[in-house]
Amino acid sequence: MEKSVVFNNKLLPYLLLVPQLIITFVFFYWPASQAVWQSFLREDAFGLNSEFIGLENYQSLFADPGYYKSMLITVIFSSLVAALSLSIALLFATQADKNLKAAGAYKTLMIWPYAVAPAVAGVLWIFMFHPTLGTLARPLRWMNFDWNPLLNGNHAMALVVMAAVWKQISYNFLFFLAGLQSIPKSVLEAGAIDGAGPMRRFWTITFPLLSPTTFFLLVVNIVYVFFDTFGIIDAVTGGGPAGATTTMVYKVFADGRLGGDLGGSAAQSVVLMVIVIALTAVQFKYVERKVQY
Amino acid sequence: MVEHRPLSDIIAYAILTFGIFIVAFPVYLALIASTHDAATVVGGHMPLAPGGHMLDNYYRAIFVGGSRAIREPVGQMLLNSFISAIGIAIGKIFISVLSAYAVVYFRFPFRKTAFWIIFVTLMLPVEVRIYPTYKVIADLKMLDTYAGLILPLIASATGTLLFRQFFMTIPEELLEASRIDGAGPFRFFWDTLLPLSVTTIAALFVIQFIYGWNQYLWPLLITTQDSMQTIVTGIKKMLYTTDELAEWQLAMATAILAMLPPVAVVVFMQRLFVRGLVETEK
Amino acid sequence: MALRQFGAAAAVTVALALATPAHAVTEIQWWHAMTGGNNDIVNKLAEEFNASQSDYKVIPTFKGSYPDTMNAGIAAFRAGTAPHIIQVFEVGTATMMSATGAIKPVYQLMKDANEPFDPKAYLPTITGYYSTSKGDMLSFPFNSSSMVMWINKDELKKAGVAEIPKTWPDVFAAAKKLKAAGHETCGFSNAWASWAHIEQFSAWHNVPIGTKANGLDGFDTVLTFNSPLHVKHLQNLIDLQKDKTYDYSGRENKSEARFASGECAIFLTSSGYYATAKSTAKFDFTSAPMPYYPDAAGAPQNSIIGGASLWVMGGKKPDEYKGVAKFFTFLSDTNRQAKLHQESGYLPITKAAYEKTKADGFYEKNPVPETPLKELTNKEPTANSRGLRFGNMVQMRDVWAEQIEAALAGQKTAQQALDDAVAKGNAMLRTFEKTAK
Repeated sequence: MEKSVVFNNKLLPYLLLVPQLIITFVFFYWPASQAVWQSFLREDAFGLNSEFIGLENYQSLFADPGYYKSMLITVIFSSLVAALSLSIALLFATQADKNLKAAGAYKTLMIWPYAVAPAVAGVLWIFMFHPTLGTLARPLRWMNFDWNPLLNGNHAMALVVMAAVWKQISYNFLFFLAGLQSIPKSVLEAGAIDGAGPMRRFWTITFPLLSPTTFFLLVVNIVYVFFDTFGIIDAVTGGGPAGATTTMVYKVFADGRLGGDLGGSAAQSVVLMVIVIALTAVQFKYVERKVQY
Repeated sequence: MVEHRPLSDIIAYAILTFGIFIVAFPVYLALIASTHDAATVVGGHMPLAPGGHMLDNYYRAIFVGGSRAIREPVGQMLLNSFISAIGIAIGKIFISVLSAYAVVYFRFPFRKTAFWIIFVTLMLPVEVRIYPTYKVIADLKMLDTYAGLILPLIASATGTLLFRQFFMTIPEELLEASRIDGAGPFRFFWDTLLPLSVTTIAALFVIQFIYGWNQYLWPLLITTQDSMQTIVTGIKKMLYTTDELAEWQLAMATAILAMLPPVAVVVFMQRLFVRGLVETEK
Repeated sequence: MALRQFGAAAAVTVALALATPAHAVTEIQWWHAMTGGNNDIVNKLAEEFNASQSDYKVIPTFKGSYPDTMNAGIAAFRAGTAPHIIQVFEVGTATMMSATGAIKPVYQLMKDANEPFDPKAYLPTITGYYSTSKGDMLSFPFNSSSMVMWINKDELKKAGVAEIPKTWPDVFAAAKKLKAAGHETCGFSNAWASWAHIEQFSAWHNVPIGTKANGLDGFDTVLTFNSPLHVKHLQNLIDLQKDKTYDYSGRENKSEARFASGECAIFLTSSGYYATAKSTAKFDFTSAPMPYYPDAAGAPQNSIIGGASLWVMGGKKPDEYKGVAKFFTFLSDTNRQAKLHQESGYLPITKAAYEKTKADGFYEKNPVPETPLKELTNKEPTANSRGLRFGNMVQMRDVWAEQIEAALAGQKTAQQALDDAVAKGNAMLRTFEKTAK
């Protein structure tokens, strides 16, 4: 996917990139390289006793059955959250696009979940779904359903999926709506004149034209679900019960918290980074082919 | 909609109302809970209508053990939050528009590499590298400064990706026409590309502003002086205790208070940008 | 003439300037995690200290929750910008003291500064947690609590439970009666899963959690809490969980409201819950010492503390340390401690303050705050009950709680769960040991 018409300046592009690259180098690559280096060390919290241990952290990691369990949990959690938050947001965005005035109002209302900090969102979800104190737990108990995310792993997973999807819907909605609103009405009118009904118009015209946005959101949502969900999981279930909601990113932070196992945690984040880079590269190589610019 | 189909309008409203319900219900519940007294809230039979304790709860949340504890006036904290959120949003937009422009509209060696260098920053979240990042800030003497609050958070790969996607959809003809007119990269960028990007910039601005506003961990870590605290830290300091969840009605009041500023700003921004939306609608 | 006068005036000014030493106040940074009313107290203490003398100025800064504050301390130390005093929760004790040079032990601090300091003036169970096995204090206890059993007197009466339960069998029987009287979802419960059923449980029954006095005597400690007594207790909980005579409430204290809402009439959690209970519970309640198994030898022994202490960071100047030492002396003052205890619910750290509060008749009017103190001073602490010190305790508690959850959910037997908890914990301890020199 390349532009065929471009500018020929040789120096200008580098200059345009310089601000972002400087910031990225100073505030990301420099600290990140130290974090990666840490994966080869065994160190105390304060950094006073450092021992180089080569690949030992990685070896212990891959020998730990708990690590594989967290991989499986991550796959389940990520697929559910990404699929649900993207499709629900797309649904809402298409409906909101139909009426410009309503769109403005809905945008305002839809943004609330995103405006809620993860820790606060966690408090809200516990408040709603706590097994005995939660407001929404009442109807569940009334139906004789033993809702107990404190001891039942599946219930806990359902709860964190709901909370994570809820938080992400507004982000996806906002960008889907922006994408939809930038599709020229003339193209859709032309389709209508040709006799295509709304559903056909959506799948043959709108969706392809929306694909750049969809691709963006797909990549971003995968990243979100792999990396940014620590806050919400920590607030709602703390990774429990018995590790049922311990995703890979959760394990990274939980293990490294307060200098607990900085080396092991760093090794895990390196592995996670490699996995997601690979996943994203696959998306760019194979999925982007389908995107229409 | 190009045709007028009443049924589809009704369905649209139904779906959207359902959507609002899902999205807003937790917040509504929190609001209700913040207006009742503790026993009602935790009794498991809280009504869905507001109760009469709103003033009590919010008073306690803001003032009791609160304003004496917060030696800094609320205005200063709001200002800090505002400056850092604006700084982060504008900073991110600025540098990512530039880099996306470079990556899409120019050919140069290491073009793809540059894109990936920027993109990889998403793959190692801040919390993992927090000790070395803190050290960098301390070494650069940026503790307790706005620069320290803003700069580490503006390296945004999502912004670059977003604008890349958007620029890729701009028809080639526009650039050709522009060049025929004798425009160089700056003219094209300023006269053609930027105006077309307003909607995207607006969406990104809203997201990044809220992101910047809700930052808790990073400002907490690098600020020691009260005068540099943000409002989110201040609110948490007022009430967050290990017993917070034992007083659910106050926890809910705190949650509502923490949510108000970003939403207010978003509503305000909407007004500005809906206008822009209407103007650029093709 | 004028010149000479000017010269004389100048000379006098210079002489005066040289003679009077410039009076610079030494600033002492204090990072803490206190919020709400407790934040008030911290600020007040600092103000009073600053007003009482003019050499030092303590500047308290809120740095977030306990984990956030400790995190900030670690980050700051690594970057060379650590504060002088930092409040760290009890769970962080091993991490703080394991790296020599990161902190300055309190006993050393007081000695170097020539401040009067008598370790015997402090309540042994409170300071023991933060001291070496020889009794040298490493950190200064600030806000301590212990675990007590909260009792809903109204509900117990309604269910026909005549007396406040003393033993675990009593609790089980009372819980069954409560269930029969309508408490379908909760006979009894607790917060802080591993604190209640492993840490406090072991100390209260005078059985070890691990070797080497639960880690106080060395980092080569080995966990041993998969003993028959522990297994029996966990098995009881598993059995009672089946019909919710016992109902698990999570790892931390997010569900504490179950007591104030009236749902759980018997609930074990921190003594610090008192303030919240007072303001939210609409029934007659009290607190009682934790229950025990009467057939366990030596039970009840004494409880151990929770809460936080003040650590002094390393690498500061002697003059600054002197200020810190003076501040600690200020905090230990009997009247101040007594007043602090009565106002905030923090436990007094000196014997004198406890005695004074008793003498003031405070506990006659307010019996509830004395329960944790009675538990802590129940007997002279043994090696099993001075406290505990395990590396990476934050992660350790999660590991232990995970196993308890697996057992209660029916995925493992009690023996298996405790064996796994011990095995995983020991692996973590061995890793930690390698980093502690």
